[in-house]
Amino acid sequence: MYRVRRWVVRHARAFELLYAGFEVMLQRSAPLLKRIGYARLEAPMARLERLIKGLLFDCQMCGHCVLSSTGMSCPMNCPKRLRNGPCGGVREDGGCEVKPEMRCVWLDAWEGSRRMKHGDRIHVVQLPLDASLEGTSSWLRVARGEHDAKAGGRR
Amino acid sequence: MKFDDEPVPGYSLPVLPGHVSPGRLERVLRAGRFAVTTEIDPPDSADPAEVLRRAAIFDGYVDAINATDGSGANCHMSSVGVCSLLTRVGYATILQMSCRDRNRIAMQGEILGAAAMGACNLLCLTGDGVQAGDHPHARPVFDLDSPSLLEMARRMRDESCFESGRPIDSPPRMFLGAAANPFVPPRASRAQRLAKKVAAGARFIQTQYCFDVAVLRDFMAEVGDLGLLEGPDRVHVLVGMGPLPSARSARWVRDNVPGIYIPDAVIRRLEGASNQREEGARLCRDILQEVREIEGVSGAHIMAYRQETTVAHIIEETGVLEGRVPWYPGRDNPTELNPESPEAAGELPAAASS
Repeated sequence: MYRVRRWVVRHARAFELLYAGFEVMLQRSAPLLKRIGYARLEAPMARLERLIKGLLFDCQMCGHCVLSSTGMSCPMNCPKRLRNGPCGGVREDGGCEVKPEMRCVWLDAWEGSRRMKHGDRIHVVQLPLDASLEGTSSWLRVARGEHDAKAGGRR
Repeated sequence: MKFDDEPVPGYSLPVLPGHVSPGRLERVLRAGRFAVTTEIDPPDSADPAEVLRRAAIFDGYVDAINATDGSGANCHMSSVGVCSLLTRVGYATILQMSCRDRNRIAMQGEILGAAAMGACNLLCLTGDGVQAGDHPHARPVFDLDSPSLLEMARRMRDESCFESGRPIDSPPRMFLGAAANPFVPPRASRAQRLAKKVAAGARFIQTQYCFDVAVLRDFMAEVGDLGLLEGPDRVHVLVGMGPLPSARSARWVRDNVPGIYIPDAVIRRLEGASNQREEGARLCRDILQEVREIEGVSGAHIMAYRQETTVAHIIEETGVLEGRVPWYPGRDNPTELNPESPEAAGELPAAASS
């Protein structure tokens, strides 16, 4: 939801902390998740992720979450799916070139990143996205230790 | 600028030590000369002569010619096609590549093909959204974005491998560039955005149309503060500009073309003029004069849609080339003329001599 995701960006610092804690929790529960079986968990976890992240961030399930590098504003809501910053078409009122009624997600990302402790991660060049990860759980990937903040989801 | 090692048109120059490409543009920029580039509008046609005719307009005035890639999301001849035609007679080209229409497989193939055809400069662009052009129902691709395209091209060149990691036998030796638009929001982070493109491999930048020199001056100061304008890995900023034909069209551009910022003062100045077209050209000259004085600016990129002949006047009257005559087919050797140039047709004497 548009309003919720704007609210999240305004509270990017809190969500950064929440996410950092959640990441540790995921990594700690790795042995348990492994015992249950990642393959068995994939579908229900992806559904859960779609539900929660969809509500909070309008998550598009790209499978390679970079929210903590983008001010908690999901870059996949950009109609050009830009993961490295705003295009040159941002309107004078901050509206998106393609969808004028939507504020540029990168304006939000920049503001959100300024509120975060590790906001400077926004300067790291994000490599091309691995399209084969679309629709899969990025949380399980974090648990497996396969999530690289930069490499487009590829190991 | 004449090099001792000028080759036969269509063949590459030797790559100088510390350079990455066999092209003229990199040489001019790294030599610290004020460079001038322009763009040609690829024709809606399969006629090669049309491309050469459009290029001949700039003979003796520009260091490189951009071939746009479906600009404004409108369909035209491909940029690789245009570059290939131009490099055959020796022109220095800047291949524009937008992420809108192709995935990484197609783009890497095109980079190799274009480099093989003698294109030495690659401008990596995100691209306008499809809604802006004549095919709004097309599927936008955006597999990459401008920084990830730069990074991919840089790796192809420096590490001789595809994005997949598979090796390339002979890498594309291209001077990489990107666009910057300091004139639109979020202005506070535009210099940082440029820094990201430089980190990804851009060594030259062509900006969007500049109609507000004060904004550009602040932007350049910020870019300088980030340390991007020093050392062998510095970035060369070419400021975009062009003549506006009238106040009415300036308004239309402002309202309809994404990313072009035209302040009210500019529109008022045009409205107040008795000859708006002349005033538009004068405004462009004034901007060029101001911009060349800004610390760290390496050149100008003059875009004159449907006013291509004005470019020569603007360059001549401002004297930005400082007496230099950029290479063009026939400059040094009359047998190398662009077959579609007025000189080849015997219509006019040479526009400029070496």
